[in-house]
Amino acid sequence: MTILTYLIPISLTLGAIGLVGFVYTVRSNQYDDPEGDSRRILSDEWDDHPKP
Amino acid sequence: MTAQARPPTAAACPGCLAAPAEAVREGPKDARIALSLPTIHCQACISAVERGLNAHPGVKDARVNLTLKRAMIDADAGLSADDLIPVLAGLGYEAHELDPGALSATQSDKAGRDLLIRLAVAGFASMNVMLLSVSVWSGATDATRDLFHWISAVITLPAIAYSAQPFFRNAWEALSVRRLNMDVPIVLAIVLALATSLWETTLSGEHAYFDAALALTFFLLAGRYLDYRTRAIARSAAQELAALEVPRAVRVIDGVEQEVAVADLAVGDLVLVRPGGRMPADGAVVDGRSELDRSLLTGETLPVFAEPGLAVSAGEVNLTGPLTIRASAVGEDTSLHRMADLLAIAESGRSRYTSLADAAAKLYAPGVHILAGLSFVGWYLWSGDLRVALNIAAAVLIITCPCALGLAVPAVTTAASGRLFKKGMLIKHATALERLAQIDTVMFDKTGTLTAGTPELTNLGEFSRRELEIALALAGASAHPLSVSLAGAGQEAGIIPAEVQDVTEVPGYGIEGNWHGQAVRLGRAGWVGADQGEQTAVWLSVGASVPRAFLFTDALRPGAADAVRALQEAGKDVLLISGDATGAVRRLAETLHIGTWEAEALPEDKAARIAALGKAGHKVLMVGDGLNDTAALAAADVSISPASALDAARVASDIVLLGRDLAPIAEACEVAEKATKRIRENFRIATVYNVIAVPLAVAGLATPLIAALAMSASSITVSLNALRLR
Repeated sequence: MTILTYLIPISLTLGAIGLVGFVYTVRSNQYDDPEGDSRRILSDEWDDHPKP
Repeated sequence: MTAQARPPTAAACPGCLAAPAEAVREGPKDARIALSLPTIHCQACISAVERGLNAHPGVKDARVNLTLKRAMIDADAGLSADDLIPVLAGLGYEAHELDPGALSATQSDKAGRDLLIRLAVAGFASMNVMLLSVSVWSGATDATRDLFHWISAVITLPAIAYSAQPFFRNAWEALSVRRLNMDVPIVLAIVLALATSLWETTLSGEHAYFDAALALTFFLLAGRYLDYRTRAIARSAAQELAALEVPRAVRVIDGVEQEVAVADLAVGDLVLVRPGGRMPADGAVVDGRSELDRSLLTGETLPVFAEPGLAVSAGEVNLTGPLTIRASAVGEDTSLHRMADLLAIAESGRSRYTSLADAAAKLYAPGVHILAGLSFVGWYLWSGDLRVALNIAAAVLIITCPCALGLAVPAVTTAASGRLFKKGMLIKHATALERLAQIDTVMFDKTGTLTAGTPELTNLGEFSRRELEIALALAGASAHPLSVSLAGAGQEAGIIPAEVQDVTEVPGYGIEGNWHGQAVRLGRAGWVGADQGEQTAVWLSVGASVPRAFLFTDALRPGAADAVRALQEAGKDVLLISGDATGAVRRLAETLHIGTWEAEALPEDKAARIAALGKAGHKVLMVGDGLNDTAALAAADVSISPASALDAARVASDIVLLGRDLAPIAEACEVAEKATKRIRENFRIATVYNVIAVPLAVAGLATPLIAALAMSASSITVSLNALRLR
């Protein structure tokens, strides 16, 4: 059962990474324009260099 | 408009979805200009608009939001929206200016974000604890079980302390005014479950309810979030309507005209109002002659003659000549008086209504507490063991906890509001649908609601071709609504304007000219030497002959006849009440087959009529658009106003019609009835679950596994039942 001492912290850490990632996406306004963003990725306008 | 049917997302290459093409970037920080772009719909539109705007000199940054169909622009101080609208028109996109000030609240949607993060924390924690609990349920014993319980406790306590805060706060607010709401049993269940579980854990007990407490928080937060989103969508659309009316005025200082925001006007300022413009403030005319359209304020369709000395109020529309007014009340003061009266009436009307959820909570909350208390006392007396008794009381509270009740109403209203939004109706108030389902009487306003507010010529056939030719030549020279309508009707009939010389518009009176040496005039009755009848008319005089009247009636709004017929077929009483003259109201009532009508009603009359109907036990839906309707809109059980209505009327009503068509009203009633039926069904489903699970809990047979199953199953059934409404 000693394996639990590794597995439980690992599963909690992985979950926490997901949670932190989600909080980051909310904080950085990534849900403000879901429709526009899903289409912007289709544009090749700034493929060669980032937008200045 | 934000009313868009969501097109399926273009998924060109699934692999691309993984990598964002562009770094996350917020819209321009200090956007000065906001434009509404109702016609954009695709990637090409976004690129074209952004490229076009960014190429325009003076624009620092422009960002399109496709979801809201809006562009936020950061630009140099000299640039205004009027410079950019032609740029977009050149690209083929319709653009309207929005007032960025009125939109500010949508930008920082903090409450929604806050709720979403709480939901995420509760979800994360409940998934982890559920995994640990599954091991316990499947037979972990002794030290392993204790370890899992302790880990669960370490995750659960901070997670609940953070994510259940909205419930704690609401419950405290209710308790501090000595009332019970739905949140009181929720908080009690959560706290008691945590306390007994912690106690059990320290004693190496078998049953811990950490997973149940978290799942409860998660489901209830999901209900809260749905509820919040429904209202946030409605609020942002309502804000956009308000923002479309950019409040600007032309102030005249020492003969110099200067464009300023209405908010900056002061009492005593001279304000120039151009033809077609709305009065920005209350005041008196000091210069100029014109006609005023007061229909939004009084419901009257006859234009009023304006000359120096006439008192005007904010909201009236100037028709023909430029007017200079001296402001006597500005900004808040103009509308505040009316709003204050109105809100007082609204309070008494609305607070009488108890929502279905509140009614359920009122029955439910004391019942649950009594049941839990009785099982605690019963078990304590019978077994004499405090620990067992407390455990069972906690199990009863958790199993009866209103998980499904918390979802029952928001899930249905979200589904119903979404469906009505697609039809062009905006549900602004949380309980509007429930109230709409109860109505048996519908009261319509006339001008601007059943009618479109655009005049229509009725007696073209009575005139000779020669007269029509002259009238058309004169009417073509003016932008007055009656002239425009007359010119349009003439052109449709194939009339060619006669050759009239020296055509001049005399603001406030009409148009005159010279036809074959005879003076010809088209305008107000008094000006051409005739008597004004009760119907809207313009008079034509040719030389010395007797003036003749072109009569107008207000054109019906599209869907008005359908809506009235559908409502009557659904067994509802339809009434018409208007501030307009008797003749016009009677004609409209006859056209639409409305039996009961009332003309020349003052705003107080309308509200009084509604109050009388309410006393007689009727539930009244008021549909109106003008300032004279606001009191009635607020007094009615539920109210609808079209998007073209005055801001004050839209604020006072529960539902806003986004399109021009009135037909969705009848359908909305139907959807509302269905939605209320679903809500009641959901309550019944939740009750059935309780009836099955509660005896188990009281008998002490409930395990954390049964609690988790009952809770999830009832929540999911209730949500699925709500989705049937779509």
